[in-house]
Amino acid sequence: MQRKMKVNGTVFLLFITIAMFALMYIAGMIIFADKGFAKPQMFLNLFISNAGLLVIACGLTLVMITGGIDISVGSVVALVCMVSADLMENKGFSAVQALLVALLIGIAFGVVQGYLVSYLEIQPFIVTLAGMFFGRGMTAIISTEMISIKNETFLAWANAKIYLPFGYTNKHGMLVKSYIYPTVVVAVLIVIMVAVLLKFTKFGRSLYAIGGNQQSAIMMGLNVKNAKMRAYVLDGFLAGLGGFLFCLNSCAGFVEQAKGLEMDAISAAVIGGTLLSGGVGTVVGTMFGVLIKGTIASLITTQGTLSSWWVRIALSALLCFFIVLQAIIGSTSKKNAKTGEIHKFTKRKKAA
Amino acid sequence: MKKKVLSLLLCGVMVMGTLVGCGSSGSSDGGSSDGGSDSGDTITVGFSQVGAESDWRTANTASMKETFSEENGYTLIFDDAQQKQENQITAIRNFIQQEVDYIVLAPVTETGWDTVLQEAKDAGIPVIIVDRMVDVSDDSLYTAWVGSDFRAEGNKACEWLNAFAEAKGINAGDLNIVDIQGTIGASAQIGRSEGLNDAVKKYGWNLVAQQTGEFTQAKGQEVMESLLKQNDNINVVYCENDNEAFGAIDALEAAGYKVGDDIANGEVMVMSFDSTNAGLTDVLSGKITVNTECNPLHGPRVEEIIKKLQSGKDVDQLQYVDESIFAVDDTVTSIEAETSLGETSKYDVTVVTQDVIDGRAY
Repeated sequence: MQRKMKVNGTVFLLFITIAMFALMYIAGMIIFADKGFAKPQMFLNLFISNAGLLVIACGLTLVMITGGIDISVGSVVALVCMVSADLMENKGFSAVQALLVALLIGIAFGVVQGYLVSYLEIQPFIVTLAGMFFGRGMTAIISTEMISIKNETFLAWANAKIYLPFGYTNKHGMLVKSYIYPTVVVAVLIVIMVAVLLKFTKFGRSLYAIGGNQQSAIMMGLNVKNAKMRAYVLDGFLAGLGGFLFCLNSCAGFVEQAKGLEMDAISAAVIGGTLLSGGVGTVVGTMFGVLIKGTIASLITTQGTLSSWWVRIALSALLCFFIVLQAIIGSTSKKNAKTGEIHKFTKRKKAA
Repeated sequence: MKKKVLSLLLCGVMVMGTLVGCGSSGSSDGGSSDGGSDSGDTITVGFSQVGAESDWRTANTASMKETFSEENGYTLIFDDAQQKQENQITAIRNFIQQEVDYIVLAPVTETGWDTVLQEAKDAGIPVIIVDRMVDVSDDSLYTAWVGSDFRAEGNKACEWLNAFAEAKGINAGDLNIVDIQGTIGASAQIGRSEGLNDAVKKYGWNLVAQQTGEFTQAKGQEVMESLLKQNDNINVVYCENDNEAFGAIDALEAAGYKVGDDIANGEVMVMSFDSTNAGLTDVLSGKITVNTECNPLHGPRVEEIIKKLQSGKDVDQLQYVDESIFAVDDTVTSIEAETSLGETSKYDVTVVTQDVIDGRAY
């Protein structure tokens, strides 16, 4: 009974998110048909521009499912971009080495923050707040100047268009094929992998158990500390990878980069149906959360005369909507959970 | 439960309201303008602006909006990037899909534009960069750049000082100058400092000290205070923007100096750059003696480029906006200074009156 309700709640939230995205996008296609909104490339651009954010939001979903949070990811992205740029431009590293260092930085953040959160049981908000300051500070220490990446391998990766077998004819009568960048492939693969991890592995299921009720997870014999630790390490790794994808999009290291990205990632996860209190969430939902954010920005840019601050306002309205929705589902499932427990209890008593 | 469902519905309505709100205003807009897809009567321009962080920036945006208005035969798609490069990249991709005729970009950062500018080039859309320069591996990725010639600004100010000293019969060696520099590494700082350094060598002035005031009033004041403690012979203060000049004037007056152009009788002359409204007001009152303009009105020059491109003409890749120089009186009426392109041009010095200040947009 309890389980069924919870699954229904998750599915319902996911459904709402996807429906919301579809509705917004189709509305955009109708209203802005003359402004190119219906072009397939417009849709692909959502992925191209948000590939890094997508990967980072997947990592955040993992820790949010355990009931935690990570607000250091934006700084990790800035640090990763800066270190990669510095290593390739000033220290003679190759692009592959820079990628490895980027991933190591992410993992290092994950290990330290994960240890503090899971073994020393410090509030994740405070731990990752420290991580956020540290990351941004270190970025500025390396350089306060912009570093432009001119490494040939790196630029080849960044500019490697993968053409798709469809496109559109532009007004000069030229056929323009749709394309994506390798970053999109990586991001989509990550979404699929994390989705499988969450759904079909013991580790993934234990994250839901911990987030749902840590006490009962311990009683069930789960190694809660270890699982949480692993969630943060994986989150750190994804922040490192996401940072590198972000860097491939911007081709530069700069201390002001990715400011507020953590909040974009958190809001994407929440819009995608992840509960801040933990226990509920899917990466597919998070992906749609990211796409919704991208679509709002795209709609407002296409409109052309509205202030771009409307993106924030629309996002806040959406966030509000989803939080209320979650609260309703949360309270109904709790009610059901309670009656379910009582039911079980009486059953056991009868058996005794 | 009923209450909750109700609140949910209300939230839903609110969200829809926001969306429909954007939508309806959008469709009416789409109806009145022909967009880019129609024949050639209106020209669609996508403009990605840094943000609205300063008066200069606001004036820059206003100039673009004014120039590319519907009355002038343009449809302007304006996007404020809120200081984020990633927003600008997304906006440019959006412009490309909308098949705008021209993209105008005021970049947040100098680097990181290769990929997206390549996309614009592949789509055959000319890109015009304004204000800051972009640092790209291939210069053909943008069609033209429009901005301020900071080096020429520095040269102009120094040529004015030289002409002033000659007119007043002051020996070059008696000019004891301190330079309150801008944020080190900013292109405005580099150009204006270089202009001064070269002039010091050329005319044999005495450069007492150079220190950064980071383009702020507070820092400008602090630097001026410490410079006054170390030296008692300063008679010219070369401030690299108006804010620094305000700080320096406060420090000078607090230390008992008189600010003005009568160097021979112990006054300290303040020179400044930018020519903002407040800066020119100080020129009018005589506190700042000379103020070299940094013109944010890029719209007309960008339009000129677009018109040339429309008629199939070639354009110069680097183009500077016209900038003048303002002074407290007509001791010097005109100067000749070299630009970054190596040409020497003649500039008339504008004497500041209330009418001049009122007639300016920023």
